[in-house]
Order: sequence, then structure tokens, then C-alpha cells
Amino acid sequence: MAMALPLAYASSVVHPFEAGRLSFSTKATKHKKQIYQFRNVTKVLAYYGLTNPPYKLDALEPYMSRRTLELHWGNIHRGYSDSLNKQLANSPLYGCTMEELIKTTFNNGNPLPEYNNAAEVWNHDFFWESMQPNGGRLPWGGVLDQIEKDFGSFSNFRDEFVHSAMMLFGSGWVWLVLKTNERRLLIVRTSNALCPLVWGDIPIISLDMWEHAYYLDYKDDVSKYVNNFMDHLISWHSATTRMVRAEAFVNLGEPKIPVA
Amino acid sequence: MALRTLFTKKSLALASAFRPIAVASAAGDQRLGSGLSQTRGLTVAALPDLPYDYGALEPAISGEIMRLHHQKHHQAYVTNYNNALEQLEAAIAKGDATAVVRLQNAIKFNGGGHVNHSIFWKNLKPVNEGGGEPPHSSLGWAIDTDFGSLEALVQKMNAEGAALQGSGWVWLALDKGFKKLTVETTANQDPLVTKGANLVPLLGIDVWEHAYYLQYKNVRPDYLKNIWKVIDWKYASEVYEKETA
Repeated sequence: MAMALPLAYASSVVHPFEAGRLSFSTKATKHKKQIYQFRNVTKVLAYYGLTNPPYKLDALEPYMSRRTLELHWGNIHRGYSDSLNKQLANSPLYGCTMEELIKTTFNNGNPLPEYNNAAEVWNHDFFWESMQPNGGRLPWGGVLDQIEKDFGSFSNFRDEFVHSAMMLFGSGWVWLVLKTNERRLLIVRTSNALCPLVWGDIPIISLDMWEHAYYLDYKDDVSKYVNNFMDHLISWHSATTRMVRAEAFVNLGEPKIPVA
Repeated sequence: MALRTLFTKKSLALASAFRPIAVASAAGDQRLGSGLSQTRGLTVAALPDLPYDYGALEPAISGEIMRLHHQKHHQAYVTNYNNALEQLEAAIAKGDATAVVRLQNAIKFNGGGHVNHSIFWKNLKPVNEGGGEPPHSSLGWAIDTDFGSLEALVQKMNAEGAALQGSGWVWLALDKGFKKLTVETTANQDPLVTKGANLVPLLGIDVWEHAYYLQYKNVRPDYLKNIWKVIDWKYASEVYEKETA
């Protein structure tokens, strides 16, 4: 999955991780002073670029119009990205991947000001990649097996997902996550910018339920939006890739211990 | 105002399914207050009429938004609130405490949506009927005392409205205890009282995206700047004077 990688510029400042490796005492004290002066550096230390959706903006028609994507990605997503970079320009947070940044700024439930922007940038990246042209229909292979194991059947899962989306009060997201501790798939609803990454879970698919995601195309007809997402937009290719990566961190099967 | 016929619960349900424009209730029914009808012991809510046309608030708020906002969104809150009330009545009768508590979220959300939007329609007025005219007399003085000037109040409300994450409302509230005006925000459809039992709403501005997205897209600050042209300060003054009498 395309992640926004941070670019760290630090021309006159030694990276703190390298500070310990310097052996000369005079150089060490000089560099040590410079480390603590890093806040005076005017160069940008962390920057997260806006990634493009993996398809043209009109590729999801007629289920999600080009105009919606132009505004949703071009204005709203870009707005979060610009705000985040502006906040990070003067912040000691750098060297993080997007996921690390979200977990750090979430601060165990007492979010720092950068959290909202960071989480929304990541959420929207994840959302674009959760969709594809000619999407929808059924998953296959391991994903389908896991869904059938955890929900009984695909249609149970689909009904639960749609129901969860309809029961969301206010702005938020609906996720299919792989719970790392329970080692199963689950549908969760989050409000505003909350992202299941902060609980250590691994998201597989997401659906943006903020009104700006569907209002131009569907007005108040939320049920049609959610059903179109399930039938025509959801990218099971992405879900499969994410599940494959998730299984490197979560053991989903019983280990096959050979009996001697 | 023509007398409103009493609807049976069944025909109310049918009526809301067919999206009536003026059938639901007459705003002038003094006996039961606005938006209520009495049927078989359970008083259900009903969609209040707008005292102006959908297009009367243009160009500040487009007619399309007003129509959807009133006929679809507010109507949905009313319908779902009534459903939740029925379920609550059944749960209370059965003594099912779990069900009673479980329904609280739906009641707070849908009931709050109904309450908030009912206030919102009264906060708006077409320009040729006095919308946008600044407040005078006691409310005007109170605003100058508590905020410095009307411009300062507007700026503060716009700033808080724009900064609100997600969906919610921004309010000009009267704190009955301290006899002071304050600016508050509530999330989702929480009514103002959730911020303080002594708070009385004078003005509320809906900053949910459905209130402005079709017209202003994601530029909420533009919506907030323009809505002041159709705000009914006379209504706010009336409420203020009644509460501080």
C-alpha cells in the first residue's frame, strides 16, 4: 500500500540517533549542544505528501462521481494534508511513519492537536485504496474463508456492515478490522477521525460515512450509498493484500504441530 | 390557521412515508404546542411547518438545501424519534430496564435532532421579513456587554462553528443562572441542555455538512459568513426577554 513517507531535512543538526556514536569529546559536546538546538532550525523536518487515489477521479462513476472525488480528495483530503504539514513544521514529531504518527499523537486517548489531521490523512488514503472501479461482488480465497468463519456467511457480513453504517450517528467511518488480540474479523464504527490503528488493530476495509462523502451524489439516501459501495466499489483485491500483510502479525490459524 | 385534524397513529405513519409538506401539523395549534399530536395516550412528535418558502432564504441558503433539510433530514429525525418513543413505551411497560437504557442513544440523537431543527427554523427569516436585522433593546445591550459588539459575537460564533470537528451545532446561549450570554458548541445532535441545565438556546446554527454542502461544498466558513443575513434576531430577542423577565 502506498504510504506517505516522511522526508527529514536537517542540514545543520545531527540526527539524535547518531549522536551517541561520536567518539571525540569536543565534537560530542558541540554536537550535543546542536541537538538541543534543533527546535531553532527553520528547515522543515517532517513532511507527508498527499498521495493520489489509485484510479482516475472519474473511474468510480456512476457510484461515486468525479465531482465528489474532486472535492473530497482535492479539497478536503488535501486540506487535512496541508494542515498537518503546517502543524508539523514547528513540531518535534518527526521520523515517524504515518501509522506511528497516528499512534503517538493519539496519546492514549488524550489526542494532541496533530492527531486529527494525521488520522484523517491516513483514513482517506486507506479509503481510496479500499475502493476500485468494477469493485464489489464477492471476496475470494482466504478473505472469504475468514469472513465465513467469523460472520457465518458473506451475506451475514454484508447485512451487518450495512446495518452498522446506517446506525452511525453523526460523522464517522465503518471498518472491517482484524482484531489482533481476538484474532478475528470484526465490523467497527468510529466517530469523526478515530482510527482502529490506535487500538493496535489492523483495518482491512473502510467506508467514509461523513456526509461530504456521499451528499453530492446521494443527498440523504444513505442506504443507497452504502449498498452501492458494497455491490460496486469495495476492493476485495486491496482487502486480500491487507489480509496477507496482517497475517504476518496475527496468527489466524492453529499451528500445525506434527505428531511424532 | 386551519384546524389540524387529529391523525391516528397509522395515518401519521402513512403520512410521513408519503412526505407531506403541510399536512403534518399546523404551527399555530396552540393547545398542544408546535409539532405534537395526541393519539392513544402517547404524544408523538410531528414535523413543524416552515413559516416561509423553501426558496425564501436564497441566496444565503439555497431552496434545494432547505427542502432536503426540512423534508428529509428533519422528517427522518421525527420518524425515528417516534419509533424510539414507541419502543421505549413498550420497554417501560414490560419493565425491561436494559431496553430502556439501550434506547437512550437513539432518543438523544433523534429527539435532539427534532428539538434542534425546530429551533433552527425559527432562527431563520427571509431578508424581506426582517432576516439579518441586528438586535436592539435588551438583547442588543447584553451582546455589547458580554462580547463587546455584535461583530465580535458573530466572529466568535463563526470561528467556533468552523473549528467544530465532524457534525454539530454552534449556539448563542443564555445562562439563566449567571444571566450571561455565552457561545457553546454541541456535537452531533446533542441539544444545548447537554452542555448545562441552565442554558437556554437563543440562536443555533447547524454545521452538519447536510446544512451547506450542496451549495458551499466544503467551505464551511463561507456558509457561516452568509447565514447571518437571514438570522431572525427578533425571535432571539423574544426568547431572551421572556427568560430574563
